[in-house]
Amino acid sequence: MRHTIAVLVENEFGVLSRVAGLFSGRGFNIDSLSVAPTNDEAMSRMTIVTRGDEQILEQITKHLNKLIDIIKVIDFTDETAIEREMALIKVTAEDAARAEVLRIVDIFRAKVIDTTPKSFTVEVTGAPSKIDAILDLLRPLGLKELVRTGPVAIGRGAKGWKG
Amino acid sequence: MKLAGARILLECLKQEGVDTVFGYPGGTVINIYDELYSFPDIRHILPRHEQAGVHAADGYARASGKVGVAIATSGPGATNTVTGIATAYMDSIPLVVITGQVPTALIGNDAFQEVDIIGITRPCTKHNFLVQNVKDLAGIVKKAFYIARTGRPGPVLIDLPKDVQVAVAEFRYPEQVDLRGYKPTIEGHPKQIEKAAAMLLAAKKPVIYAGGGTILGNASTELRELAETLHAPVTTTLMALGAFPEDSPLSLGLLGMHGTYYANMAVTNCDLLMAVGARFDDRVTGKIAAFAPHAKIIHIDVDPTSIKKNVRVDLPIVGMVNEVLAHLLKVIEDRGDAVEVFRKAAKPWLAEIDGWKAKHPMAFAESSKVIKPQAVIRKLRELSQPDAIIATDVGQHQMWTAQYFSFTRPRTLLSSGGLGTMGYGLPAAMGAQAAFPDRQVIAVCGDGGFQMNLQEIATLVQNRLPVKICIMNNNYLGMVRQWQELFFNKRYSQTVLDLPIDFVKLAEAFGATGFVASKPSEVEETIRRGFAAPGPVIMEFKIAREEKVLPMVPAGASLNEMVLAS
Ligand SMILES: Cc1ncc(C[n+]2csc(CCOP(=O)(O)OP(=O)(O)O)c2C)c(N)n1
Ligand SMILES: [Mg+2]
Repeated sequence: MRHTIAVLVENEFGVLSRVAGLFSGRGFNIDSLSVAPTNDEAMSRMTIVTRGDEQILEQITKHLNKLIDIIKVIDFTDETAIEREMALIKVTAEDAARAEVLRIVDIFRAKVIDTTPKSFTVEVTGAPSKIDAILDLLRPLGLKELVRTGPVAIGRGAKGWKG
Repeated sequence: MKLAGARILLECLKQEGVDTVFGYPGGTVINIYDELYSFPDIRHILPRHEQAGVHAADGYARASGKVGVAIATSGPGATNTVTGIATAYMDSIPLVVITGQVPTALIGNDAFQEVDIIGITRPCTKHNFLVQNVKDLAGIVKKAFYIARTGRPGPVLIDLPKDVQVAVAEFRYPEQVDLRGYKPTIEGHPKQIEKAAAMLLAAKKPVIYAGGGTILGNASTELRELAETLHAPVTTTLMALGAFPEDSPLSLGLLGMHGTYYANMAVTNCDLLMAVGARFDDRVTGKIAAFAPHAKIIHIDVDPTSIKKNVRVDLPIVGMVNEVLAHLLKVIEDRGDAVEVFRKAAKPWLAEIDGWKAKHPMAFAESSKVIKPQAVIRKLRELSQPDAIIATDVGQHQMWTAQYFSFTRPRTLLSSGGLGTMGYGLPAAMGAQAAFPDRQVIAVCGDGGFQMNLQEIATLVQNRLPVKICIMNNNYLGMVRQWQELFFNKRYSQTVLDLPIDFVKLAEAFGATGFVASKPSEVEETIRRGFAAPGPVIMEFKIAREEKVLPMVPAGASLNEMVLAS
């Protein structure tokens, strides 16, 4: 089962390696991890995508909570969260393929942010499944380079977490 | 008043009530050592190896319940502490370990004696701190002690760069700790406790399985009251020996790989298992699928990650075990008649257990020709003081001590359970003796493990710590040899220690006293003389070389598949 976990952490020395070390030391998976400061500069927020059955997920959240520098952990299991990811994609684009790339970019409301006679660099944002979908279409045209941020997640509704 | 960092550190230790530290000097802690002259109330003990210093702080902590403190220099001093820290971490022992570090400007430059001890100890400390600014130092020390002793205790390391020790700051020891990410649960959830009471009272075949948390959480009184109120039998792990008096008829003794027949049978057949401060270690459960197969499981622990880690749990309760047990007892006592009904219902169960006890009591074949190690342990119990503290190494002698000493008080057995660190016994005994100068402290060592930290006899002599060391000499790395005998066709690859060391002379070389017993008739006399002699003593017992630790549940087998003593 794929889970997205949001973690608020103290901006302390070494906190990222504590989290990474917890996952590697206990044999938990990390599919992606993104981290950046929050509105409160003493805190950062991580979004971790992981996999495992219910028992493993329970252990992951408990172990995260146990780390001293971790302030709050939320496991977004259900439909209560919105996830967004960004990808930068450098795709081969020559002759007729140029129009094809632009069509795909248009359909996905993506953006071309750099162009050369032989390539386009495309920026696309959306749910991870949307990124997968545009990649499926662009791949046959020739991917030169791909970088994904990994998803970030936020809860639906009016309630927010501080930080 | 503005003080230098080194001075601030020691002022903080004083504020924490630290009376003893175990430490070893070096270039990056020399400032701390210089300041030490101004702190006559802090006793500094110089071990002969930093690993032993940390084990000593650990022994001090286990015996006294206070936080143990150790100091080491950067680089090799720091790496030498790692086994000691990992040993304490696996058994949840509260320590504060202070390491020197190269000046902040040099960190990351491969400076002389630089090592990333924060990175190295991250997975074996409860938490660790690199002090980057002297202004943060007092707050960090306060947090370190708080984290070490609260919740599930554990070792905390403070890495203190040399320039921070020299820099000055205003000293004020904070009164409170504010850690928004660390709020250990104290009380158990009342609804869960009500449910636990109902489950207990509905059981016909209950067993209480007590782990090291009952000792760390100072819950042995509550444990005994609960067991005696219910007439419920109690089995303990190695880490919990002494939490429940083994001379009580309700005691099942040790469970697990080298546990008693009756404890393992009781766990296999019980209909309710209440785990208290225990973590279902593989040495305890054997084959997980066959562990307590008929039982509903209640699990009380201060650490939520211990719960449902290895086994399914029907009712988890997170909280301090002494608080939870006291609350549970109250709920149960409020149901006076239910307790009577329960006791009646559980009578056949106690009779069944007595049957197992009669069928296979803890026993060994006595001998008048060779010294049986179990007999030595029994004699030690008989001749030692009731509040004697026993520290062990790791191996067969450790298991014989656990099986035959009959512990009746908490904090009287110091043993490395989780990490299983050979060489732990002697320095741990040293730490316990420093905490309790007037109590009898005995180290039961293997001939292998003893040689891993024997340099500490010098520390004992120098600091007048009269530890009585018993070496169970089988000239083997006995526990590994036992596995080779049973599972590797008696191919004793590298477990034969065949060098006839003269341990009496060794003791004398350090200025200690030595005795040796070579035959059964000499055992009692040796122990009497050893106990009576002043100062540190080595008593060597030349034991039956190929004696095995039995019963034994082979690794991966279920608890009722024991190999019993013939
Ligand atoms: C530091 C360390 N190295 C290796 C081991 C593996 N080991 C476990 S028991 C044992 C034998 C211990 O021999 P000894 O100290 O003589 O005790 P005995 O079993 O003979 O009583 C060994 C090598 C260990 N537990 N710790
Ligand atoms: Mg041996």
